[in-house]
Amino acid sequence: MASGKRNHKLQEEEQSLKGTLYAVFGIGIFVIASWFAVFSIFTDRF
Amino acid sequence: MNNSTLLRVDKRDARLVMAHMYVAFAALAIGGLMGLLQVFVRSGRFELPANIGYYQVLTVHGVMLGLVFTTFFILGFQAAAVSRTSGTFTAKQRLTSWIGFWIMLLGTVMSATMILLNEATVLYTFYAPLQAHWIFYLGLTFIVVGSWFVIFAHMAKYAQWRKENKGESSPLLTYMVVANSLMWFVATLGVAAEVLLQLLPWSLGFIERVDVAITRTLFWYFGHALVYFWLLPAYMAWYVVIPKVIGGKIFSDSLARLSFILFLLFSIPVGIHHQLTEPGITEFWKFVQVVLTFMVIIPSLMTAFSMFATFELRGRELGGKGLFGWFHKLPWGDARFTVPFIGMAAFIPAGAGGIINASHQMNQVIHNTIWVTGHFHLTVATTVLLTFFGIAYWLIPHLTGRVLTPQMNKLAIIQAFTWAFGMTIMSGAMHWAGLLGAPRRSSYSTYGDAAQAMEWIPYQIAQAVGGTILFLGIIFVLIIFVNLCWFAPKGDEEFPIGEVDKDAEQTPKILENWKVWITVLVALILVAYAVPIMDIINGGPLGSKGFKLW
Amino acid sequence: MHLHRYEKWWITFGIGSLVLFLIIVGIGAFHQGHQPPSSVKTINYEQVDKVTPFNEPGLTKVSGKDWDYELVVVASAFMYMPAEVEIPVGSTVKIIATTKDVVHGYGVTGTNINMMLEPGYISEYVTTMDKIGEYLVVCNEYCGTGHHTMKMMYKVVDVNE
Repeated sequence: MASGKRNHKLQEEEQSLKGTLYAVFGIGIFVIASWFAVFSIFTDRF
Repeated sequence: MNNSTLLRVDKRDARLVMAHMYVAFAALAIGGLMGLLQVFVRSGRFELPANIGYYQVLTVHGVMLGLVFTTFFILGFQAAAVSRTSGTFTAKQRLTSWIGFWIMLLGTVMSATMILLNEATVLYTFYAPLQAHWIFYLGLTFIVVGSWFVIFAHMAKYAQWRKENKGESSPLLTYMVVANSLMWFVATLGVAAEVLLQLLPWSLGFIERVDVAITRTLFWYFGHALVYFWLLPAYMAWYVVIPKVIGGKIFSDSLARLSFILFLLFSIPVGIHHQLTEPGITEFWKFVQVVLTFMVIIPSLMTAFSMFATFELRGRELGGKGLFGWFHKLPWGDARFTVPFIGMAAFIPAGAGGIINASHQMNQVIHNTIWVTGHFHLTVATTVLLTFFGIAYWLIPHLTGRVLTPQMNKLAIIQAFTWAFGMTIMSGAMHWAGLLGAPRRSSYSTYGDAAQAMEWIPYQIAQAVGGTILFLGIIFVLIIFVNLCWFAPKGDEEFPIGEVDKDAEQTPKILENWKVWITVLVALILVAYAVPIMDIINGGPLGSKGFKLW
Repeated sequence: MHLHRYEKWWITFGIGSLVLFLIIVGIGAFHQGHQPPSSVKTINYEQVDKVTPFNEPGLTKVSGKDWDYELVVVASAFMYMPAEVEIPVGSTVKIIATTKDVVHGYGVTGTNINMMLEPGYISEYVTTMDKIGEYLVVCNEYCGTGHHTMKMMYKVVDVNE
């Protein structure tokens, strides 16, 4: 029972950080896009 | 709460901290004005009055803002942080701090005088074999040695706290100060070796020649840690102060400490990523340090999550619904939150740019172009600077026994938006022009009307527009500073210290075992630097005599 | 140390991206030869003018090597020798450069040729110049009062025209 309660609490907690999850992944995608943009400049130039 | 933890910083400690703040903000005023002159000159629409050189102005800008403003502000803030969280300094600790302060100030005056006399137009990186007057190098030595006195005093307070509170986990803010101070000490050994063993005796004529590659490698051993020495106090405010300001809790004490340990370990053995296009260092060792550089990104990834989590948990507590409803619930009218928040937002493009810069051969696209200038005007001159301003808005009234009035709070928010606006224009233009090849640290030039150079000029005009807006931002912050020092109404301004959630787990003891971390740090430094430095020493060419080409 | 599940996802994603970047640049560098300029050859910087190949700066056709031309450049305050060079498009060129005095930069605008020239060291870079055009070379490391006047020009031309 104790573990069931714990799981429930965990779920609740994780529910409430959904915005954070989206925000940080948004940052990650921005970083990846910028990196590949400059990488493509590098490969394009001699 | 421990009884040695005071809610107010002791008056005698406050005077010590304020001494640092006066120097810092004076440097900000001078450095900011120099920045304005630079962007004007580089727009091609303005010339400096007789006998003042662009590069002399550039040297003043870099030294005042990169070395003087940051060092004085940081050491002042760290003194306040230790005094507030670990208790008032003892007379001996305070005296040591004051001695350090005066040595740093003397050093600043010595170096500044030589720059003003045009005897040290070598920029703030003072690369050999351009040779400045020996008093300039001695002044820099004093700044570093003075800073050692100051951090030793802070670490002595920490040691005293540990002795008096055996077995307890130290106050988080003090712990962070200790991590940053240790990093600073280990890093400054490099620049101290460069100046004391090479540049100073060379400028005095005791030795004829120096190995340029060694001086640069020692400089960057210090130089990258320097940028983290700027950043970590901002992170201190983000982790410890901001949660309290918004009424929330510290997301995780252990993760905060872990990220500081990672910064301590990976800020130093990475300096060669500033030297990726240089001869004298092999591809293999460059790549080793590129990999280590990527390790130092990890604690920043952790920090991003912790910050958003703190904000989201608090925003939901205040009734924020949906995916991003919590965002609107944050106290946007409070400068102590909003100003550093804008700084955090700037770290997203700043960090992305930093990863690009450190990506081995990709560095060739942007190396020494004005992209780099644009990059660190986001990192240090926006993220760090706005966070420092956000700190100053409660720290200075706390120390002077005044309060931040609603009018000043409003001006502070206007200041931050002005800054963000001006910086978007200036740094954005710098990034684009850099991708087009425009060099950094160069006066206005059309390079014989070369077509490619003409493409840069519109961006340079945009930089002047952005720079002018930024200067307006400097004026705003100076108004607030003067107000908080001498004119604001008397009162009690809080020194906000966040608390850890009471259900939080115990902080692992290993995080406070400095012997372990210092051992790992030394090992990493040896791995990263021993072979490249031995290679340069063994295979080094005839050294260089000094040149004075300004 | 407890990590929130989402934080684990984020750190995994973040570290994964960093590893991906490192693999891409690592393969480019160590497999395809796109290394940053990292020559460890040295020279007496006071004797540059007297030492081959720097006694004759300029473009020379070579044979039996992995490149078609060698471009020898000597930098000094505040000029490059030669000041201008014409290169047939499509040629693979090894740039060999050094300085006679202080540290200079060597940035060829619009290309990946970007290297530091340091007294006592020779900087080298090999590339295939496959796009016609005029490329301005600027000194991008502060070297003194005339730093912003220091330039050179590459003219990559189609010789058949």
